[in-house]
Amino acid sequence: MSLLAIILLPFLGSLCAAFMPANARNVEAWLAGTAALATTVLVASLYGDIQAEGVLRASVPWAPSLGLEFSLRMDGFAWVFALLVAAMGTLVVLYARYYMSPEDPVPRFFSFFLAFMGAMLGVVLSGNLIQLAMFWELTSLASFMLIAYWNHRVDARRGARMALTVTATGGLALLAGMLILGHIAGSYDLDVVLQAGDTIRAHAWYPAALALVVLGALTKSAQFPFHFWLPHAMAAPTPVSAYLHSATMVKAGVFLLARLWPVLAGTEAWFWIVGSAGLLSLVVGAYLALFQRDMKGVLAYSTISHLGLITLLLGMNSPLALVAAVFHIINHATFKASLFMAAGIVDHETGTRDMTRLSGLYRAMPITATLALVAAASMAGVPLLNGFLSKEMFFAETVFIDRPDFQRLGLPMAATLAGMFSVAYSLRFIHCVFFGRPARDLPRAPHEPPGWMLAPSALLVFACLLVGMFPAHTIGPFLAVATQSILGASTPEYSLAIWHGFNLPLMMSLAALAGGIVLYQLLLRRRADTVPLLERLDGKRAFDFVQTALSTGSERLLRILVSRRLQVQLLLIVVFALAAVLLPLTADRAGWTLASPGLPDPAFALLWLVGGACALGTAYKAKRHRLAALVLSGGTGLATCLTFAWFSAPDLALTQLTVEVVTVVLLLLGLRWLPRRNDASAPDIPTSTRLRRWRDRSIALLAGGGLGSLAYIVLTRPAGEGISPFFLEQALPLGGGLNVVNVILVDFRGFDTLGEITVLGIVALTVYALLRRFRPAPESMELTQQQQEHSAPPPDTDAVLPPGPMAVPAVLVRLLMPLALLVSLYFLLRGHNAPGGGFVGGLVLATTVILQYIVGGTVWVESRSRLHPPHWIALGLLAAAAAGCGAWLASLPFLTSLAWHGSLPLVGELHISTVLLFDIGVYMLVVGATVLMLVALAHQSLRAHHRKPARAGEE
Amino acid sequence: MNAILDWAIHFATLCFALSMVFGTVRLIIGPAAPDRVLALDAVYINGMLGALVLGIRFGTTVYFDIALLIGLFGFVGATAMAKFLLRGEVIEP
Repeated sequence: MSLLAIILLPFLGSLCAAFMPANARNVEAWLAGTAALATTVLVASLYGDIQAEGVLRASVPWAPSLGLEFSLRMDGFAWVFALLVAAMGTLVVLYARYYMSPEDPVPRFFSFFLAFMGAMLGVVLSGNLIQLAMFWELTSLASFMLIAYWNHRVDARRGARMALTVTATGGLALLAGMLILGHIAGSYDLDVVLQAGDTIRAHAWYPAALALVVLGALTKSAQFPFHFWLPHAMAAPTPVSAYLHSATMVKAGVFLLARLWPVLAGTEAWFWIVGSAGLLSLVVGAYLALFQRDMKGVLAYSTISHLGLITLLLGMNSPLALVAAVFHIINHATFKASLFMAAGIVDHETGTRDMTRLSGLYRAMPITATLALVAAASMAGVPLLNGFLSKEMFFAETVFIDRPDFQRLGLPMAATLAGMFSVAYSLRFIHCVFFGRPARDLPRAPHEPPGWMLAPSALLVFACLLVGMFPAHTIGPFLAVATQSILGASTPEYSLAIWHGFNLPLMMSLAALAGGIVLYQLLLRRRADTVPLLERLDGKRAFDFVQTALSTGSERLLRILVSRRLQVQLLLIVVFALAAVLLPLTADRAGWTLASPGLPDPAFALLWLVGGACALGTAYKAKRHRLAALVLSGGTGLATCLTFAWFSAPDLALTQLTVEVVTVVLLLLGLRWLPRRNDASAPDIPTSTRLRRWRDRSIALLAGGGLGSLAYIVLTRPAGEGISPFFLEQALPLGGGLNVVNVILVDFRGFDTLGEITVLGIVALTVYALLRRFRPAPESMELTQQQQEHSAPPPDTDAVLPPGPMAVPAVLVRLLMPLALLVSLYFLLRGHNAPGGGFVGGLVLATTVILQYIVGGTVWVESRSRLHPPHWIALGLLAAAAAGCGAWLASLPFLTSLAWHGSLPLVGELHISTVLLFDIGVYMLVVGATVLMLVALAHQSLRAHHRKPARAGEE
Repeated sequence: MNAILDWAIHFATLCFALSMVFGTVRLIIGPAAPDRVLALDAVYINGMLGALVLGIRFGTTVYFDIALLIGLFGFVGATAMAKFLLRGEVIEP
């Protein structure tokens, strides 16, 4: 369980840190420090178990039905890495406490910092490939947030975006690679995959998996040609650079390569891909580091170079090289983090990191200078420091590599060259900043920082020295545990001694030292401020170019493929739908026969004549005469309703009728706000327009006719064995109702209905919210023509009847009100056994309410009584849900209906069911939703008239 | 007796359907908007009566509910349209 705690602790700390006040600098630092320190102690305490058992595992069920579990696995290598992450985190928190200024919003910093720490530990400890990829992406996200921490700065935002784009793209590739690996191995479990090395290397998909995984690793570790994001990520606060971009996150790439080394390494493809990327990064990174002006720039390129060294070692396919790689991962973290801290201190105390301005700081800050000097010497590979040891091992590997001739010669030479560059830039870093005559025009007068700010750096430098002088006694056991967990039985013999005698690697080291000093002397004479030879090699420019090309390309593609015009879109949709239906029909002509339905009842035929004529008229009039089209559509609606009635579907007829009424009112309300059509049509239409219209007309005819005949064919075929007999037979015994339609709605498919009314409520609230902010077109804002001719008197809330033409209808409609209420309740209550139900009843009530608005006016009605439609919606949903939950009381599944049948004195026989409560919920929701939407439209004119409603609480 | 009722029912249905057709003619040709609104109301009345006759024909009371609903609300559409024509706006402040 302590494995789980290792991951959870930082995330918990991150959560707590996020909710602290912005100025709680000390509390934040204490919290983050405690979380990091506790994690470190936890990790360290597991050392004994690791030594004894080799591998520790812990798993928590995640989605057991999918066979997925959150699994953690810690072996020696993971232990070393986890300790590195946690301990370095603790030191950097201490450093950050003094680095961050009081004005910075520290909760954000420490929150993301701890989140990153948790994610990184997740990467290290994941026992599952997919889970590893997930934590991998989390580190990219946290890195993005931390680079962009000073989000008012352009370079920070740009650097963060670039880092995220590159590393997240790599992360996607990694996920794909992991999927392939898991597919080949038959499991995503890391243990299984590590055992399946031979199967994977022999598999046909091995090259694809290798390329994808390596792509992920190289982008994360900023390896050539993806190295360019790292220097731009230096816009992050220095603690972030020290932690993420030198010690941990960029190491995730090489960590993964080492983790999967037993699975993927050992082939020519591995050697060439990983090795060449490493070699190029090693040499190019070191070369570019020579010419940086920014202190952090030097360190960034040097990091690329050192990570290249590690990658190259991993790519050599030799167990000894792997040992050297793991060793160098640890060493590099110590000296590079301490150098970053030194750069941060210089920046903090002088106000600049520009190496052309800095000079002679040794006098002002001797301790910082000494620490930086030792760390830089370790970076350069000076003997008696830890950097020397792993570099020596690296040189030895290049010399003794078992490859064809030109590689045997080339590799050591390239390695010595890179060593020379490394010595030169380390020398420049120290000499330029700390020595020479004192700088004059610095933004701030330099002095030594507070002691606690130096402490982390001092500790790291002390570690460099200790490991450098007594390697076998300090790092030896840990290194052994780590390498043994990767290589198992094939762990080679190696010696951690400082002195191996006068051999070729030592000669190379000396040559690099001497060459580096000479190179630096040459460099001092140079005046130009450019990078010779590789000036044009700019990854950022390539990145920008690719990004611009992608966005312009997609825009171009959109312009070709997508139209903003509705006509074109409709045309495409209709033509494709037509083709999609026609294709299967041409293949099978058996179903094409149009059976004659026989002669219909003449009255029915006439009814359909009416409906058809009205429908065509609606379509014809819709463009120029909206009101006429609306009237005609009313005729179609009536014909539809009567057709339902004729074919004994009374429920449908009732619903259709009420919906029809509400729709007419809704459209009329909307019509008021539509701008007037410009009827001045051009007398001579160009031929192209005519042609286009004919084309559209024929397509419309084809599609409409096709759909009609399709429906006809389906309807005239003998019906198959459907599900309707089941419902007809089971409605009474199972649902306790005679009205099958209603039983289906509220009982058999009650869950559907619950979902539907929820959507209806959401839609109503959305319409309301949209209309609150809706402003009509300016030309329809003024009073209507009729209102201008006969201006209405201002609404009088005390009047019994509205004055003017609405007096008589008002009397009638008020008489209608109680009657309609009765009808609506009647429909609601009897719905379970006879046509009706909550939906129809609700629409009836809503219609009467709207009628009151029509004859009385908004102000008058709302001064009398005010429905609160949102309350109705809420209560309706609650009632329906309560009816569903009621079944739980009888320990039955959600929405099972409970019924009670018996007789009461006076009342007589009674049947009470939770279904009724459900139907009441539907009823209330329909009333609320309908009234809310229509009244929201009506309130538009209230606003347009600029009169305050008498007692309405609107706005 | 039954035969007479049968005949009468069919005749009545046909008549209502025919009158709906005539109403529809007015609905389509107009010419003015109030003509159309009136025609729609007439069509609705005929539809309501037709529903009643259908109820007699199929011998069920369900059709009376439909007729009731048309009776109650068939005029709402016409009223709303009339208000719209009269004032240019269905619901005034």
